[in-house]
Amino acid sequence: MSAIVVVGAGHAAIQLAASLRQGGYDGEITLIEAEAGLPYQRPPLSKAYLSGQMEEKALALRPESFYAAQRVRLIEADPVVGIDRAGQVVRLGSGARVPYGHLVLATGAANRALPVPGAELPGVAGLRTLADTKALKAVLPDLRRVVVIGAGFIGLEFAAVAAERGISVTVIEAAPRPLMRGVSAVMSDHLAAVHRGWGTRLLTGTGVRAVVGDGRAEGVETSEGEVIAADLVLVAIGVVPNTRLALEAGLEVGNGIVVDGLLSTGDPLISAIGDCASFPMGGQMVRLESVQNASDQARSLADRLLGKPVPYARLPWFWSDQASLKLQIAGLSGGHDQAVLRGDPASGAFSVFCFRGERLLAVESLNRAAEHMMARRILAGEPRLTAGQAADPGFDLRSA
Amino acid sequence: MPKITFIEHNGTAHVVDAEIGASVMRAAVDNNVPGIDGDCGGECACATCHVYVEPEWEAVTGSRTESEETMLSFAAATKDNSRLSCQITVSDALDGLVVHMPDGQH
Repeated sequence: MSAIVVVGAGHAAIQLAASLRQGGYDGEITLIEAEAGLPYQRPPLSKAYLSGQMEEKALALRPESFYAAQRVRLIEADPVVGIDRAGQVVRLGSGARVPYGHLVLATGAANRALPVPGAELPGVAGLRTLADTKALKAVLPDLRRVVVIGAGFIGLEFAAVAAERGISVTVIEAAPRPLMRGVSAVMSDHLAAVHRGWGTRLLTGTGVRAVVGDGRAEGVETSEGEVIAADLVLVAIGVVPNTRLALEAGLEVGNGIVVDGLLSTGDPLISAIGDCASFPMGGQMVRLESVQNASDQARSLADRLLGKPVPYARLPWFWSDQASLKLQIAGLSGGHDQAVLRGDPASGAFSVFCFRGERLLAVESLNRAAEHMMARRILAGEPRLTAGQAADPGFDLRSA
Repeated sequence: MPKITFIEHNGTAHVVDAEIGASVMRAAVDNNVPGIDGDCGGECACATCHVYVEPEWEAVTGSRTESEETMLSFAAATKDNSRLSCQITVSDALDGLVVHMPDGQH
């Protein structure tokens, strides 16, 4: 096969390059990235790196030597600005043109902008890139009060780091509970209580009217009319997939770049993987934002490009570290109608088994790594575990 | 730099230079050794860097951490000498270490 060109150099892109070489692909691999510097891991940005437990050097997905040794060409600090499908070439911001035999869109996602007055003020920050995080890390020691808008994973992880440092934290969430999209009500309620126990003020069902301040963010006005003072406002209200290139190239775009079960767009020479891809799973189109999804889709696509096509069907799993909390999720809980507890939330370590009817959909484990591992094994097959068994501490999950 | 040998399930051996202070998982990933994924980046959260430590090296590599123990206790194909390679830190004492890989991490 001729040259494989990847737009993006995040987890999906790097894993694809690594898997292609491991699988014996001998052709050219080019990764094109808008950001400068060595491609890096994102999960530690809001966790170990921000809190100072991890050095910047350790963030690199691969060392510099990897690219030469594996013959992976990395074009950095030069965004792809257009795709010429007929000519099989991508155009870069610098004016350069890179021809492709197969093009992979691993464009990721961008932070959703806060659509209120004052959102553009200095002191309003996001947390997605290394540059974002470095800027936050630099001001962290000087912060006394922060307002976090959005109680998703990033918002709560940042809140945990800030609260641990003695910063006064307010989290404002529009939905009735935190992590509404990601976890069951029982897990969500527990996490809310733990964050409140750390001194964080968590306002749910509350909107944001404006960021206020004279030349710089000084506070946030809520939908209730309260103004909450802040030295820094972190906007963490989710992401939007980077689909512009695909859209302009005439590819189908829904909630993400639409691909089939083999992760191919409508153009057989263009695939999409990772956070930007909307793919079929369990009879519906889904788009996931996770390292597991990026890595597994990259491995699956590498297999196809190496002549071993298998429809993508890996079990989704996620994790989030919030101070002493290690939350691990296996499966997708959306649409569950029964949440079964295993273990006592008061102990700080328990799992929630989410069922729809008789069928186990997902398991959320808090500080219960072993149950998470078991859940991944059970969910990867045809789960037969019943709600009664899940709730029975005497039942050995290994026999499920 | 200490040298570490990774042996794939099919018997293919990979000898790599490992950086002192980094993890054994990093040494594999940095050198693109097939069969060690390390998806979580070394947070002991994914169990995709499972290896079997050769018996004569077990004393040098030390014992499993508590979180590693729980991850491994339910992972596939766990043996007495199973470790998560993200939890083994490279030092001069590990020069010559040999680890084997299971048949797949997923």
